[in-house]
Parts: sequence; C-alpha cells; structure tokens
Amino acid sequence: MEKLLLGVSGLFLFSGRAHADWTVNLTKGVTEISREIYDLHMVIFWICVVIGFIVFGVMLWSVVYHRKSRGAKAHNFHESLVVEIAWTVVPFIILIAMAVPATATLIKMYDNTEADLDIQVTGYQWKWRYQYLAEDIDFFSSLSTPREQINNTQEKSTDYLLEVDNPLVIPVGKKVRFLLTANDVIHSWWVPEFAVKKDAIPGFINEAWVIVDKPGVYRGQCAELCGKDHGFMPIVVEVKSQEDYEQWLAEFKKADALKSQAAEKSWNLADLMATGEQVYSKACLACHQANGEGVPSIFPALKNSAVALGDEALHIDVVLNGVSGTAMQAFKDQLSAVELAAVITYERNAWGNKTGDIVTPAQIAELKK
Amino acid sequence: MNSSVATTHHGPASGLSRWLYTTNHKDIGTLYLWFSFVMFLTGGCMALLIRAELFQPGLQLIQPEFFNQMTTMHGLIMVFGAVMPAFVGLANWMIPMMVGAPDMALPRMNNWSFWILPFAFSMMLSTLFMEGGAPNFGWTFYAPLSTTYAPPSVTFFIFAVHMMGISSIMGAINIIATILNLRAPGMNMMKLPLFVWTWLITAFLLIAVMPVLAGVVTMMLMDIHFGTSFFNAAGGGDPVLFQHVFWFFGHPEVYIMILPAFGIVSEIIPTFARKKLFGYPSMVYATASIAFLSFIVWAHHMFTVGMPLVGEVFFMFATMLIAVPTGVKVFNWVATMFRGSLTFETPMLFALAFVVLFTIGGFSGLMLAIAPADFQYHDTYFVVAHFHYVLVPGAVFAIMAGAYYWLPKWCGNYYSETMGKVHFWCSFIGVNITFFPMHFIGLAGMPRRIPDYALQFADFNAVATVGAFIFGFSQLIFLYNVLHCIRKGRKASDEVWEGSHGLEWTLPSPAPYHSFSEAPQIK
Ligand code: HEC
Ligand SMILES: [Cu+2]
Ligand SMILES: [Cu+2]
Repeated sequence: MEKLLLGVSGLFLFSGRAHADWTVNLTKGVTEISREIYDLHMVIFWICVVIGFIVFGVMLWSVVYHRKSRGAKAHNFHESLVVEIAWTVVPFIILIAMAVPATATLIKMYDNTEADLDIQVTGYQWKWRYQYLAEDIDFFSSLSTPREQINNTQEKSTDYLLEVDNPLVIPVGKKVRFLLTANDVIHSWWVPEFAVKKDAIPGFINEAWVIVDKPGVYRGQCAELCGKDHGFMPIVVEVKSQEDYEQWLAEFKKADALKSQAAEKSWNLADLMATGEQVYSKACLACHQANGEGVPSIFPALKNSAVALGDEALHIDVVLNGVSGTAMQAFKDQLSAVELAAVITYERNAWGNKTGDIVTPAQIAELKK
Repeated sequence: MNSSVATTHHGPASGLSRWLYTTNHKDIGTLYLWFSFVMFLTGGCMALLIRAELFQPGLQLIQPEFFNQMTTMHGLIMVFGAVMPAFVGLANWMIPMMVGAPDMALPRMNNWSFWILPFAFSMMLSTLFMEGGAPNFGWTFYAPLSTTYAPPSVTFFIFAVHMMGISSIMGAINIIATILNLRAPGMNMMKLPLFVWTWLITAFLLIAVMPVLAGVVTMMLMDIHFGTSFFNAAGGGDPVLFQHVFWFFGHPEVYIMILPAFGIVSEIIPTFARKKLFGYPSMVYATASIAFLSFIVWAHHMFTVGMPLVGEVFFMFATMLIAVPTGVKVFNWVATMFRGSLTFETPMLFALAFVVLFTIGGFSGLMLAIAPADFQYHDTYFVVAHFHYVLVPGAVFAIMAGAYYWLPKWCGNYYSETMGKVHFWCSFIGVNITFFPMHFIGLAGMPRRIPDYALQFADFNAVATVGAFIFGFSQLIFLYNVLHCIRKGRKASDEVWEGSHGLEWTLPSPAPYHSFSEAPQIK
C-alpha cells in the first residue's frame, strides 16, 4: 500500500517536471511574486516528500519485516524521552526555516505603495467591473462562452468558460494596483499566473498589485462561491506593451463616444426588441431565465409581472437603480442608454407581455445624466 | 443490533419503545451509529450526484442552482450528520466500558441528545423540497450570500443547526461527566485509554465552540428577519466578521472530527502490533496541544480576505506549529509498529491506511499553512483534496476501523474477514482515485464549488468521478458485512483479538446490557 502511495507521489513529481504543460503542478506565473510563491511551494513540497519517505519507509519496513507471519516477536519498549524530544524539536526547526522565506515573500506582497496605474475591480453577480481610476474608463466583463456550448449542443471552444466579452487590459512592466470590492456578495479575483487572489467584499476595499513581465493573455476565475453562476464569471487579462496599451485606450474611448451618439438616433419597436433580446440574454437571463419566468422564491418572473406590465417609470427605476438588499443590481452604469431602453422595451413586449410600449434611448439618456 | 443484548436481570424493553425511551448507553450508541450510517449514505448520494455532473465539462445532469444545493447539503450532512454522530455513537458504546462504568453519567440526557438529531436532519433535508430550494451557499455559509441573498429555506437551516448544536453540547457534557466521575477505582487519568482521552478533550472543544456556531447562526437570523446588520455592509455591518466568528467555531470543529479518530487508531495499532502504545504521555500532551492550538489558527481559512500583514504572519506561524504535535502522534504510531508482531485484520488495515493517508492530508495542510502559497491554493480543488484526505481516509476510515474492531464485542460475532478486506481494498483504492487527482486539478487552477469547468481539467475530473463511484458503492459491502455479522457471524471470544488490551475486553462478548454493575479493580 505504501508502495502504491510512493508510486503515486512519484508520478506527481514526474508529471510535474516532464510534462509542464500537462498542468499537474502550480504555474510559475509571470511575475516576480508568482515565481517566489512557486519556489516556496516546491520547497515545502519536497520537505513533505522527504519526511514522507522517512515515515512511510519505517512503516513499510515494519509491515514487511515485523509481521507475525514471519515469526516477528514484539519487543517491549514503549517510551523514550530522548526520541520524543528529538521528533518535537527537529520538525520545529524545519518549520522555522520554512517560515522565514515565507514571511519575506508575504512582506513583499503587502507592499501596496505607489502604483503606475490603479484599477478598481468590483465583483457583481456574475461579472466583473473594471474602472481605471485615472482614465475615464469603466466597463463590465462577463462570460462570452455561448450557452449552447455549456448545454452541450455546440462544440466547446479551447477557452471554454475562460473567455469574456471585454477583457481587462494592462500595460506590461508597470506596477498595476487593483482595488477590489463587491456590489452584492463576496467574490474573489484570481489570476493564477499573477499569483493574485484577493477577496472582493462588499463594503471593503482590498488591495493587490502586479508587475507582469510578459505580454500575453492570462485567464482566471472567481474563486469564492458567489451564488448560482459562480462557475461562470471568468477573468481575462490582456497584458500589452505600452504602445499597444495606449492604442487600446484611444480606441476604447472612441467606441464609448460612438455608443452615446447611438442614443440620439431614433429607434423603432422592432429594432429595440432585437437589441433588447441580445442584452437580455447577456445581462438578465442568468436570473430571470430565457422564458422570463424566473426561479420561484429567488428571482421573480417578468412574464406577467406587475412591474413589466404596469407603470413604465417604475420599471425603468428598478432596472436603472436596482432593488437594494436584493440580487437585483443597478444597471444604470452597466449598460448604455440604448441597451437599457432596448432591454426594458423587450421585457414589456416579450413572452406575451404585450404592452406595446416603447422606452426610447433618449429617455434613458436623460435619466442617466 | 438486537443480538447484542444479553438479557440480564432487567434487560431492554421490547419493540419500538426500547429505542424511543432507552437510556442505555449501548442502545443509544447503536442508534447514533445507524443514524450516522444513514446520513453517510445520504450525503454520499449527493457526492455522487456532484461527481457525476463533474464527470465531463458542460452541464449534463443538474443545473448550477441545484449543484450548489448539493455541495452545501453534502458538506453539512457529512460533517454534522455522519462524522460527528458516528464518533458520539462510538463514545457512547465504548467510554463506559473502557472506564469501568455501568452506563453514561446522564442517561436521560443521553436519550434526548440522540433523539434531537433525526428531527434536526429531517428539517434540514426538508429544505430540498421547499420553494427556492435548499441552502445553496456552501457548508461554510458565508454572509451575505447566506443572509441577504439566501433562499427562504435558510431559516430552517438555522434552526436545524441550533438543534444539532444542542445535541452536541449535551453529548459532550455527558461524556465529560462520565469520564470525570465514573472511572473505576484505580483508573487514574494517566491510565485512561487514548480513545477516552481524545474524547475528553474533544468534548471540551465542543462545549467551547458549539455556542459560537449557535451565535453566528443567530446573528444571521437577526439579519434576515429582524433588521439587524451584523453582516450587511450596506447597514454598517461587516461580512468579514462572519468569517471570523464562523472559523472560530470551524477550525476547532475540524479537530472535533479528527481527535477521536486519533484515539481509535491509538487503540487499534497496539492491539495488532502486540505491543504497548509508544509514548502514551506524549500522545496525551500532543492531543491537548493540538486542541489548544486549534483556537488560535482560525484565520488560516481567510488568508485572502485582506487581513493586515501581522495577522497573516501570526496565523501562518500558529498553523505551522500544529504540525509539531500532529507529527509527534504519527511518529508515535509508527514507533508502536516498529519491532512489533504485526497482523493485518481489517481494523488494522483501516488504521494503517489512516496513518498514511491522514499524513498526506497533513502534508497538504502544511503546504496550505504557508500563507503566500495559500494565495494560490485557496478555494481550489487543492483544498478540496486536502480536507477530503483528512476527513475521508482520515475520520471516516478511523470510524470504519473502530466499527470493525469493536463489532465482535458489540454483537458477539465476528464479521467476515474476507468481506472486510474486500471492503478495505475497494475503499482504499476508490478514495485515492477520487481525491489524489484533485491535488493536480487544484494546482492547475480549478476553483472549488463550480458545476462546470474549463477543458484542461477534464481528464482528472473524469478519473475522480470513477473513483468516487468505486468508493461509494463499496460501502454497501460494509453494510452487508455488518448485517451478516449481527445475524450469523462466527461466535467471538471475550478477548476478541489476540493482542487486545483494556477493560472492554474483560466483559463477555456480546457485552451485557449493563456494562460494569460492579466496578472492576485496576491494578
Ligand atoms: C443577479 C440576478 C439578477 C439579474 C442578473 C437581474 N435581475 Fe432583475 N431581479 C432580480 C431579483 C432578485 C429581483 C427581485 C427584487 C425584489 O425583491 O424586489 C429582480 C427584479 C426585477 C424586476 C422587477 C420584477 C417585479 O415584478 O418585481 C425587473 C423589471 C427586473 N428585475 C429586470 C431586470 C433586467 C432588465 C435585468 C437585466 C438587465 C435584470 N433584472 C437582471 C435579480 C436579477
Ligand atoms: Cu464566485
Ligand atoms: Cu482550520
């Protein structure tokens, strides 16, 4: 049995080294901290392996050589102060030796001093919001894997469940500080390659930082159970060179401006319904369900709901400002005026909710000011 | 276990009332053990459903909402319904026999502490059929997911937890009273069998922390129904406070589930090594130190909540320190085996597997204690692997070992050794196939509590699912073996095992309805 175990742990080591891309081991990551953590991880791992070999070795020895069927007679010793002291003190010393570098790394991780770029990260059920504090940039990032793939009616893409509509973009080699908080429940922002995992807690602002040394796309997930779609709120970070990053900034701002212009053109019911359906499936479907019937006792139905059929102003208020103390979030900052108008119009006219009402983007744009 | 009863001058009542009104420690022990086995199978079915969903990427069998209910209920049922009652059952059966007492010190309370449990768990399980579904916020029920954002059934969950807590506290008081007051003359503290010692310490842990659990769920209740804001940031409350209070209960709880296991293994290994336990006093001191340390390490579950640096460092050191007394225990077990005369009956096999696999769980625990590394491990399958190693081949294997070890004393018959060995090997292989790959997927980056996962985790998840089914179904062998043993096993001698030691083996097999009507003399 011990043989088997040693075999298994041997396999662990072997596969860890020989097929690095088979990912049975921790990533080395792309930051100084992540490499230090990897080293700590390997050191403590090897310490465990060595102790394991000794302890299980003695055990195996006894199992093989001191078995009654071999005629082994029990010896009568059952006490030794020296031995007891030895195996108390030696592990203690090993632990101190381990605690010192671990503390050093911890101190480095806690160095939250001046950064080149501050980004506020807010966890929402079930998406992330990124606000670049020095720039006028604010957007949401949510899963882009189509439902069909999750429900197995379509082939799964390589980045299944690890892809988002709007990735976070940061420059390479710069100290980027994340200020983490949450809007509803606790989430945890984790990108393994950065060795950054920090809880995003409502009412708190936590800090974490990275200096990434290689451009690339890095993927992570929410690590703290945050409700139904906890498994479906990935994180994607694109790390770009300074020029590419600046170009991205410029393009982002241009696209933003275009969006607000769209609110000024006039929209008819069919167009709003088409856009609304898309927005609905992206932003509302997780809770209120595709058929608008919700989940009993948790997420109310919108089909035949008093709000969706009743006063327009109330409906708009619920969607824009949310219902505090419930899972219904404020969508005012999450969606553009067009998207908001479209989704509200959609809710008032879908699933047999035939109000015929049109909520116009201009109307919402006014309220958003 | 009807046949376990030798009718003496006044034996048990007959029929259902025997079980309802019983104040007999053996009957109550039996009730606890059967209850925990039923819960073990119930929680096990939930685990299999979870594993079946995770067999392949994509959603196949259940939806995320129900998946979360399953992970939550699985955890709660296994912790509070399977492992804890099983240990209390063993304590009920064995402690009076081990200390030379006629029964538990507080027999009527004993009856009550058991009979609360079926009601508590019926209430808990009934939430599955309520509108909005069962609790879905994980067995750690972090606020505000479990308060502001919880399904309506959370109130029933809170009351169920209260009832379990009352049951545990009463059980603990009873055990302490029995050990301190009913020892036979000459049985001084340093002669107590280790199972009794570990339970004594566990009972104090229970009394210390169950009220904390009751406190935290009461605060939740207030937040949900009475407008307080203990954990609600919008009302000036503090969601992190929840975690501090919860883990102040939660970490000692971990030791509540493992100390009695240490005790069982410390009984079994000397028997089958035919050698006295090595370092008895150091075993006692190690247990006490672990219990003490268990109160000052709780925040190692919270390294990522954003504690100040000194907090992180303190909890890292304290947690690493626990490895020392735990190591002492493992070393002592190995030294007991060394130069013994070993045989490998089923209880010994489970005990040996316990030592090895629990130690592996201890190693991953040590890795998790390294705070900077924990930033990578936290809330991943690495943690899932860790605590399943200490709880399944740890606590559960020890319970199995204890059941096989004492079964002949309980019902007067031997179980089938062949079936026992088959059960052992299936469980052993199943457990490792299930949980070892979880180390890999955890390190590779798979978060826990997700119903669906990225493609690179697919292979190991499939393997783990296969293992889970092997492990799960092999427990039916155990059930069959126990029933077989009760009904028509081979007659057991009083000593039962060649190397057995201790008062319980001086009683006839099966043990009489009242253990020691006259106190035995201990030399
Ligand atoms: C995280 C889950 C969640 C998401 C996502 C969500 N809602 Fe809601 N919604 C709720 C909950 C919970 C309520 C009930 C609030 C209450 O208790 O009053 C609600 C209520 C509503 C209501 C009022 C219904 C009634 O009859 O009282 C409307 C309208 C609504 N949501 C629209 C939307 C729209 C539009 C979106 C997408 C842009 C959306 N919701 C996204 C959870 C959600
Ligand atoms: Cu989450
Ligand atoms: Cu702990």
